[in-house]
Amino acid sequence: MKKITIDPLTRVEGHGKVTIHLDDAGDVKEARLHIIEFRGFERFILGRPFWEVPVIVQRLCGICPVSHHLAAAKAMDRIVGGEQLTPTAEKMRRLMHYGQIFQSHALHFFHLSSPDLLFGTDGSAASAFAAPREQRHVLAVAKSFPELGRQGILMRKFGQEVIQATAGKKIHGTGAIPGGVNRNLSVEARDHLRKDADQMIRWSKKAVAVARDFTMDHLLEIATFGAFDSNHLSLVRPRDGALELYDGVLRAIDKDGKTLVDGLEDQRYLEALSEEVRPWTYMKFPFLKTLGPQHGWYRVGPLARLNTCRFVPSPEAEAARIEFQAVTHQKPNNVTMAYHWARMIELLHAGEVIRDLLDDADLQGEDLVTQGPRREEAVGIIEAPRGTLIHHYRVDRNDQVTMCNLIVSTTHNNEPMNQAIMRVAQDTLAKKPEITEGLLNGIEVAVRAYDPCLSCATHAMGKMPLQVQVVDAHGAVAAERIRSHELDAP
Amino acid sequence: MTSSQEATNHPEKPRIATVSLAGCFGCHMSILDIDERILALAEIVDFARSPINDYKTFDGRCTVGIIEGGCCNEENVHVLEDFRKNCDVLVSLGDCAINGGIPAMRNNIPLRECLEEAYLKSPGVYNPSGTIPNDEELPLLLNRVYPCNEVVKIDHFIPGCPPPADAIFEVLSALLAGRTPAIAYGDLKYD
Ligand code: SF4
Ligand code: NI
Repeated sequence: MKKITIDPLTRVEGHGKVTIHLDDAGDVKEARLHIIEFRGFERFILGRPFWEVPVIVQRLCGICPVSHHLAAAKAMDRIVGGEQLTPTAEKMRRLMHYGQIFQSHALHFFHLSSPDLLFGTDGSAASAFAAPREQRHVLAVAKSFPELGRQGILMRKFGQEVIQATAGKKIHGTGAIPGGVNRNLSVEARDHLRKDADQMIRWSKKAVAVARDFTMDHLLEIATFGAFDSNHLSLVRPRDGALELYDGVLRAIDKDGKTLVDGLEDQRYLEALSEEVRPWTYMKFPFLKTLGPQHGWYRVGPLARLNTCRFVPSPEAEAARIEFQAVTHQKPNNVTMAYHWARMIELLHAGEVIRDLLDDADLQGEDLVTQGPRREEAVGIIEAPRGTLIHHYRVDRNDQVTMCNLIVSTTHNNEPMNQAIMRVAQDTLAKKPEITEGLLNGIEVAVRAYDPCLSCATHAMGKMPLQVQVVDAHGAVAAERIRSHELDAP
Repeated sequence: MTSSQEATNHPEKPRIATVSLAGCFGCHMSILDIDERILALAEIVDFARSPINDYKTFDGRCTVGIIEGGCCNEENVHVLEDFRKNCDVLVSLGDCAINGGIPAMRNNIPLRECLEEAYLKSPGVYNPSGTIPNDEELPLLLNRVYPCNEVVKIDHFIPGCPPPADAIFEVLSALLAGRTPAIAYGDLKYD
């Protein structure tokens, strides 16, 4: 009887457990990241009045609440016939959204991932890219790299302040309402944010450099670590294919950059996407219908977005993207660890967008809400920090929700995360069903690159226990290990 | 958040553990919203197991345990009981821990209907065999979402969804100083 189990994956938020399955020859055949939480949002939202939805559904996730708030609001705009937002409403929402991208990317990089990048490569770590356990947090970063640690904390704070200024609260605010927003940006709030905006861009550029240097210095190891070819999907700006995070059309490409889907309007997402259910996890497996469940899966998030977009519409981040693309000779980048660099380029982009928006007088406009002919069905899609986020609702004449379908960012990355774990297991296990520290670290580092919001994915959030099991060809547990502080249970 | 070794070198430092059960992690984000103050806090306390560091189990007694979220599955119950066993004082942080919060909206709906909605009925679902996830790896879901104080004794409650960072900081400072927390009226939220 042999089986491998890893439990808790702490800094990957949400619950998870990993099993690794071997074939008769003892080779790794499959890896499964089990998402073990289920919330039931899609059912209990039924019957609620539609205007409550943007406020309720953001409780799916306290890390990216603005994404859910805005995806739901965009759908409800269409329900009230108000999807042509006033300039003030659209810009307030954009500002809120880019504030959220900024805080979430800063959180992921400085609080969750930078320890791996900063401490995991200094020779003291058990395996490449995994910081020693007692250093895996932002306080350790602040201790060894005081400037960088402090900047990380203050960058997240800045993003949270942008959200507070536009939504009234840092977490679970109320800024967007069907057809618009409930406030404009006060001159005081604007001036307060303006004060720090240039500093944030300077610090973002430093963060890009940290991620870039890490990548370039470890190019050889990174090229194969948890790496695999995949399709990529994101929204892009309709007219020119630019990176666009608030509102756009769907575009998908294959591993070489060949177009699979282009210019698909958000309302028609079901023409392109379907989701498979598998019995061993609560998280579904989305795929492109034209390619089917076997081959149609794809990556989303910062790496996918930099692959699908034609350019980044802000100068400093675009310069960073060109440098990023040169490494793969303008071809799509399929390297798992490249997510970190891509994420920091987006952080810089968000900083530039925020700075420019703050100069826009429309944010002080008074025309906040619009309405038109009522609809009964609508889709809202947004590029959340972790990737494409889809909300789809039906609302009856009594204003009650009758159908709700949510495909959250992390769900799109379900198969990619399983693939990344499989690659790590294949490289580490070498026919011995033994769970080493290197395997545990490798799995955590690979999963963390995707910045999974397992809270979002299960329509829940929680701690992330990582438990790894190796299962042989007959379904017997070959090895099992639970990640714990001092003691690793057999 | 020092290593366990350092922690034993300073046995007098109070230790804080935190966990997210059936919550959205927003309460933990609100802890992080104390911003730079976390650096000062880290000087006077050690963080034991918490999603914000990489410690996954208890390695000794803790002064304060902070709970986000209620209990929606059997695993939540086990973790909560473990916290009660290992912490001197338990704090229910936020509405989910206090009364189940938004996830408890499923309490008046049969669980089966919630699962069917997500895995059988949702548009675009590809599920030819009509599978509802039921693997042995998945912990059993409870019939409803339970507030933490219905499962173990809770000593303090901080309301809000999430509670403001200032309220959290005040409660932590007061508990560490051995005084009764005094949350400013404006920081008492019932959203
Ligand atoms: S109380 Fe609110 S912020 Fe806290 S976990 Fe629950 S939903 Fe999230
Ligand atoms: Ni999320």
